[in-house]
Amino acid sequence: MYPNLSHSEILRYSRHLLIPEVGLEGQRKLKAASVLVIGTGGLGSPVAMYLAAAGVGRIGLVDYDVVDFSNLQRQVIHGTSALGTQKVESARQRVLDINPDITVDVYNEPFTSENAMRIAEDYDILVDGTDNFPTRYLVNDVSVLLGKANVYGSIFRFEGQVSVFDARRGPCYRCLFPEPPPPGLVPSCAEGGVLGVLPGTVGTLQATEALKLLLGIGEPLIGRLMLYNALDMSFEYVKLRKNPKCKVCGSEPEVTELIDYEAFCGVPGHDHEEGEVGGGWDITASELAERLHKDGKHIRLIDVREPHELQISRLEGASLIPLGQFAARMSELDSADEIVLFCKSGTRSARALELLASAGFRKMKNLKGGINAWAREVDPSLPIY
Amino acid sequence: MPTIRVPTPLRTYTEGEKEVQVHGKNVGEVIENFIERYPELRPHLLNGDGELRAFVNLFLNEENVRDLGGLETVLQEDDRLMLVPSVAGG
Repeated sequence: MYPNLSHSEILRYSRHLLIPEVGLEGQRKLKAASVLVIGTGGLGSPVAMYLAAAGVGRIGLVDYDVVDFSNLQRQVIHGTSALGTQKVESARQRVLDINPDITVDVYNEPFTSENAMRIAEDYDILVDGTDNFPTRYLVNDVSVLLGKANVYGSIFRFEGQVSVFDARRGPCYRCLFPEPPPPGLVPSCAEGGVLGVLPGTVGTLQATEALKLLLGIGEPLIGRLMLYNALDMSFEYVKLRKNPKCKVCGSEPEVTELIDYEAFCGVPGHDHEEGEVGGGWDITASELAERLHKDGKHIRLIDVREPHELQISRLEGASLIPLGQFAARMSELDSADEIVLFCKSGTRSARALELLASAGFRKMKNLKGGINAWAREVDPSLPIY
Repeated sequence: MPTIRVPTPLRTYTEGEKEVQVHGKNVGEVIENFIERYPELRPHLLNGDGELRAFVNLFLNEENVRDLGGLETVLQEDDRLMLVPSVAGG
């Protein structure tokens, strides 16, 4: 049976006990429940904090990263004093400060095909707060193979998606997205940005769905995808159906054990920017500074960032061709020129370089690490963003 | 004319437009005309065989056009198509 509540727990959860849909019985269910939160970033922050405050008895936190200065704009579980420390440790301290009566398990490691089943099997439900495609497919397949619900949330700039994927009762993530986009086609938050409060809204919705599932109340988002747009302040819903040919939850599944998700998606399992092309196509900031000093007039500098990013930092003499217009405006470039492409950190310019290569250009380089590397290595008067 | 709702990640390619009205009797025609207006969208929406790419979903009202008639799905003048892309941010 469900565990009893102490007097102090009854007082702590008093506002839950007053709701007939929760009540003492529901609160005891929450105390007996366990949730695995994968990722302690923008989405994982509100998820972990609200589930802890609500009295979910055991919360698992998975993350391998450390708290970075650029996280603090949205990852509210981490404070400035936690900079440089393990995210899971920082999150554990915050969560246990909110509610010392619960148990917090931390996994300071990437969530991978090697450890995912072992970590996840001990939890009632999974919450996907990851930031990249390989780990999202991994979380989905783990939830299907273990027969657990996957509370999904995903964000970009001003838009969020929320659903509950539970293959026992409805579609899974692969039913909606059978394959990931090719590498580089969809920008990550590290490249495209995100409104800081957006993961707060989306993560709070995920926490709500997790609590409803644990309590067995209401209508969960199974078979529905919620689309939130913060600019329009709109919430829309579309119907999701199980794909009978789904490779993991269909009637004849091909995926019966975890696969290599980085190979499946063609990208690493984190949203850190790569910043280089490889194969001799890169130039470092210091090398570029030297080349510009020697024979600058022969080098064509092309900035592929968005126009508003010029207000943050710019390189003298560079022409702007945003990546989104690059294919259409490639005719402005001369394949006889030596071209150096750059962006914030080298990821978008790597994609622009591929476009040039496929158009037959050969004399071009990618500024490895982007204008941020230039700011670090050559011109410290520029800010890093 | 049917309306296409453009999600944030693809607005880079539609000059920032969030809703675009496009001629077409069915989903396939609307998508072709949409791409004709914004050619950079093609790799984001269609594969080499002219089919919707596996990581893009198009909803007519609340239903996925894959669950209706796919690109053959007939559209009414006031229909609204919503593009739902894969996003992974968290």
